[in-house]
Amino acid sequence: MTDITTEKARIGAPSAQPFINGFTEEGESLSPVNAAASKAPLAGEAVKRHSHGGGVGIPDSSRAGRLTSYKLADFKPLTGMEEDWRFTPLKRLRGLHTEVLNGAAPSVSVTAPDSVTVETVGRDDRRIGSAAIPEDRVSANAWENFTEATVITVPAEVQVDGEVSVLLTGQGTEASALHVVIVAEKFSKAVVVLDHQGTAVVSENIEILVEDGAQLTVISLQEWNDDAVHASSQQAKLGRDAKFKHIVVSLGGDLVRVTPSARFTAPGAEVELFGLYFADAGQHLEQRLFVDHAVANCKSNVLYKGALQGRNAHTVWVGDVLIRKEAEGTDTYEANRNLVLTDGARADSVPNLEIETGLIAGAGHASATGRFDDQHLFYLMARGIPEEVARRLVVRGFLNEIIQQIKVPAIEDRLTAAVERELAATNH
Amino acid sequence: MSTLEIKDLHVSIDTEQGTKEILKGVSLTIRTGETHAIMGPNGSGKSTLASTIAGHPRYNVTSGTITLDGEDVLAMSVDERARAGLFLAMQYPVEVPGVSMTNFLRTAKTAIDGEAPKLRTWTKDVKAAMAQLRIDADFTQRNVNEGFSGGEKKRVEILQLELFKPKFAILDETDSGLDVDALKVVSEGVNRAHAEGKMGTLLITHYTRILRYIKPEFVHVFVDGQVVEEGGPELADRLEEEGYDRYATGAGAATIAAASAAAQA
Ligand SMILES: Nc1ncnc2c1ncn2[C@@H]1O[C@H](COP(=O)(O)OP(=O)(O)OP(=O)(O)O)[C@@H](O)[C@H]1O
Ligand SMILES: [Mg+2]
Repeated sequence: MTDITTEKARIGAPSAQPFINGFTEEGESLSPVNAAASKAPLAGEAVKRHSHGGGVGIPDSSRAGRLTSYKLADFKPLTGMEEDWRFTPLKRLRGLHTEVLNGAAPSVSVTAPDSVTVETVGRDDRRIGSAAIPEDRVSANAWENFTEATVITVPAEVQVDGEVSVLLTGQGTEASALHVVIVAEKFSKAVVVLDHQGTAVVSENIEILVEDGAQLTVISLQEWNDDAVHASSQQAKLGRDAKFKHIVVSLGGDLVRVTPSARFTAPGAEVELFGLYFADAGQHLEQRLFVDHAVANCKSNVLYKGALQGRNAHTVWVGDVLIRKEAEGTDTYEANRNLVLTDGARADSVPNLEIETGLIAGAGHASATGRFDDQHLFYLMARGIPEEVARRLVVRGFLNEIIQQIKVPAIEDRLTAAVERELAATNH
Repeated sequence: MSTLEIKDLHVSIDTEQGTKEILKGVSLTIRTGETHAIMGPNGSGKSTLASTIAGHPRYNVTSGTITLDGEDVLAMSVDERARAGLFLAMQYPVEVPGVSMTNFLRTAKTAIDGEAPKLRTWTKDVKAAMAQLRIDADFTQRNVNEGFSGGEKKRVEILQLELFKPKFAILDETDSGLDVDALKVVSEGVNRAHAEGKMGTLLITHYTRILRYIKPEFVHVFVDGQVVEEGGPELADRLEEEGYDRYATGAGAATIAAASAAAQA
């Protein structure tokens, strides 16, 4: 599966790449292929103009100007040069951007306490479109093609014990569309787990509405089979004093591209966006998030961590945080950390922080990509630790920071085991 | 009692220019309870000797032997050597991302002892050892060596020495980069480990100042990959005054080294 050499002779052998000890490589790493096409604003660069709401946006450098529409036809065919597609190998999307998405969609099976309402609805349900509007062609393609949607509602003031478990099982490799709406009504509290399994080629729209005072955690697990292709737009809209925690875990699949976003509509709300990804040889795992501070006095905290091993393992993290002029008193921090375990893997990491007002509580970003190299291995082994244990020690410690955010013991255990399996794969 | 024996060790490395011989026949015998100092100018091969004993794969042993109580050390992997009782306090300790000190120390101790230490006493031991070395308690939460200052890294090496209780400790310039207070603290740590009488020490240094705190019985002068002179502690004092200039490199040195190797054998 991978081409990594693990015999001891390699430890400390001159590497083709220079050693980077620890997380010393600050900043971003742009794809050389189409970096020139990038006009992504960097930290602090102000934005002149923006449009929001439905319809056609202004394709300028600001995230605020991005085109949003429910209509596929509004989005031009992809070339791969677009700012938001420049890292994605379009050929491997298997038609999600070009085909009519009428294949069998993953089956949706929801296990939830009685207090939670689960419905299957048609396209004309009033809740469709209440939290999201497609921001790219693949998402719009799913919107145009889904036939029915699953709506999960946590009624007002209900505190759900245990988690709402949504099992999404792939039905094969025909390109398909999927739609889920999650509504946490006023002052409710719940944890929803989206568990993606099997083989699918699917574009998915997850709409998440977190009403005033509600507290919602959504955990999206991508433990697909090796051949799955998955594009997932997960857009959340937050009411006053709402608290939303979102955790993306991408482990399986040939190409997985998750685009979570959180939009504040009233003051006092908080979001935490966490992510964990582990890319093996040949896998492309991409995460592009957007936090839209459109109103005053909201908080956001973002931390994504990724591990990579094997030839052509590729991860992408792009973190767009926009603090609009109106968003005084904003407090935001975003960070991405990658751990490259072997040669031949590549982690792209691009934090974009746009600030349109100086009257904020705090705004920061960090990005670092470190290598677990032969020197680390030598050091740990020189303390008696066998090679395999050393490797596991490093990766487990690194990723655990995200796993422990999940706080659902069964899932934490399952992911810990999954990470161990990923590591074991190096020994083949 | 244990014995670490190095016999006529030749070590080379592969460079872009080809193979380069760094150690040119080194012989040295250390027994538990003894402290040996190795002194020598920059680039003379001191770290190479230390790394070779620890098993760093960059260094190729072309001839000679290293044995620990008769066991062939060169046949052991890096981790096996550590478990056999060899400890290298590195000149440049490596930062390991993602691994907390706590986790690291416990994992290493477990590997070395072959069983997990009793949690209660272990935590107490770690705390006490850290306090003695004046290492802040919050270091346990930090990643191994990450962001530690040069002096902090050296203290953490000695912390490990005290906790892991090796048979032989090789200290590669543990004194460099330390101020006087830190030097004292670190030396005390080494002396404590030594006091139990179950450890032999190979102290590699440039300077004699650490020898005020750690008293070697034997001093070996290293020049150009060879031991060119051996003696007692008085030799260190002479080096302090005279430097290494009087040791010619090349043929003369080789002769002395060969003679001393023969004498040891
Ligand atoms: N990896 C390497 N690549 C190239 N040359 C090396 C390498 N390791 C050691 N050397 C060379 O081998 C010689 C001995 O180096 P070594 O580090 O053992 O010396 P040292 O006595 O420890 O010096 P110092 O007192 O500066 O620590 C030097 O000439 C050094 O440049
Ligand atoms: Mg050295």
